[in-house]
Amino acid sequence: MGLAKRIIPCLDVDNGRVVKGVKFVDIRDAGDPVEIARRYDREGADEITFLDITATSDNRETMVHVIEQVADEVFIPLTVGGGIRELADINRMLKAGADKVGINSAAIFNPEFVKQAAERFGSQCIVVAIDAKCVSAEGEPKRWEIFTHGGRKKTGIDAVEWAIKMVSFGAGEILLTSMDRDGTKIGFDLELTRAISEVVEVPVIASGGVGTLDHLVDGITKGKADAVLAASVFHFAEFTIGEAKQHMQDNGIEVRL
Amino acid sequence: MATVAVIDYGMGNLHSISKALKKVSPDSNVIVTSNRETILSAGHIVFPGVGAIRDCMAAIRSAGLDETIKQAAKDKPLLGICIGMQALLEHSEENDGVECLGIIPGQVIKFSSNAVNSENNKIKIPHMGWNNVNYSIQNPLFENILNNERFYFVHSYHATKVGNNYVLANANYPYNFPCAIKWKNIVAVQFHPEKSQDVGLQLLKNFLNWDAKAESSEHA
Repeated sequence: MGLAKRIIPCLDVDNGRVVKGVKFVDIRDAGDPVEIARRYDREGADEITFLDITATSDNRETMVHVIEQVADEVFIPLTVGGGIRELADINRMLKAGADKVGINSAAIFNPEFVKQAAERFGSQCIVVAIDAKCVSAEGEPKRWEIFTHGGRKKTGIDAVEWAIKMVSFGAGEILLTSMDRDGTKIGFDLELTRAISEVVEVPVIASGGVGTLDHLVDGITKGKADAVLAASVFHFAEFTIGEAKQHMQDNGIEVRL
Repeated sequence: MATVAVIDYGMGNLHSISKALKKVSPDSNVIVTSNRETILSAGHIVFPGVGAIRDCMAAIRSAGLDETIKQAAKDKPLLGICIGMQALLEHSEENDGVECLGIIPGQVIKFSSNAVNSENNKIKIPHMGWNNVNYSIQNPLFENILNNERFYFVHSYHATKVGNNYVLANANYPYNFPCAIKWKNIVAVQFHPEKSQDVGLQLLKNFLNWDAKAESSEHA
């Protein structure tokens, strides 16, 4: 009894199609986000996150329509990230039916944007997405920095300090992705997840590296995350969301079944 | 045709709530509106809200909706959701203290940031996610909903000092707080039924099936 830990499937959307990690030959025709969202909802997803991976203005227009269609029939929380740069972007997404927006690079270029967004729309809908990489040398105490451009560009910003700052600016949740682990299927960066989850007051979503059901359990029990996010393991149907939740419950984690 | 008015005062996402109402009652006319006459002539009224209470109350007052809501609250079946629930109470300590509509006796306070959960970790604020909703007595709002079903919550403040006989259900984080209340013809919930999948839709359906008639005389 009590607040359940959440499982959040993530859909990477390009030009109205789900692209990343989906088992199809033609990646441009990988999947209809509305259909996939519907499936995850039926399987018991606690929320769904949509990530606009190219974030061009055309794409954002397409994303608005995707969210509208999903929100018409899927009655669980929806988060949209990618290309959220202005208050007007947030307003459009919320009006389309999103409940939260993920802000990533716009927060780095202009941290005040997070403050303005939280003041205007409330912290409950402002998720700050952090892409972090370990930068400490072997033997040194672990340290992580924020990277942009899909992990290619170093910012020099310490990830833990950044998370604290973003929460003080009004972020209601942190979506934390380990760029070292993303796509590797060797599990979350548990040290990174714990380092941030233990110092911020808001919920932390662990992301990057899920390959097995045990990884999801570890994210919660060892990483101290409040929610776990994964993309390809669900798209590939290596396991369903229902199976993931059952496994978490079998390991003593409170979930919504 | 039955009309459901969703009160629009310019804050937040009304797409989901109106779609959810439409889904559970396809024959109803669901209108998102700030128009006084439309609200007062509707059969059922939904008063949603997200964000910070100060902005919400300011938006309600500047749209002249405070009097409309008070008027509607006299006899219409009205459902407050999240900030809508908080706004119906007397006072919130958010934003250094904000006077609310004062329709239902009760206060709004922040979750205690020192509270610890069963694993002795400090609780995260906002209270975000799916939590059990425990009702003590069967009531029309929770018809066909099992006790302790999970609903979706996202909030940092909660109701307190609400009379025990007005509390329909509690949630625990990590102490009990009222998450559903009923005052005469008004019901109000802290969670988001429009984001709580099938159980949430069932609750909305129950609300639309409720005429509030028997109840309005209960406390009169």
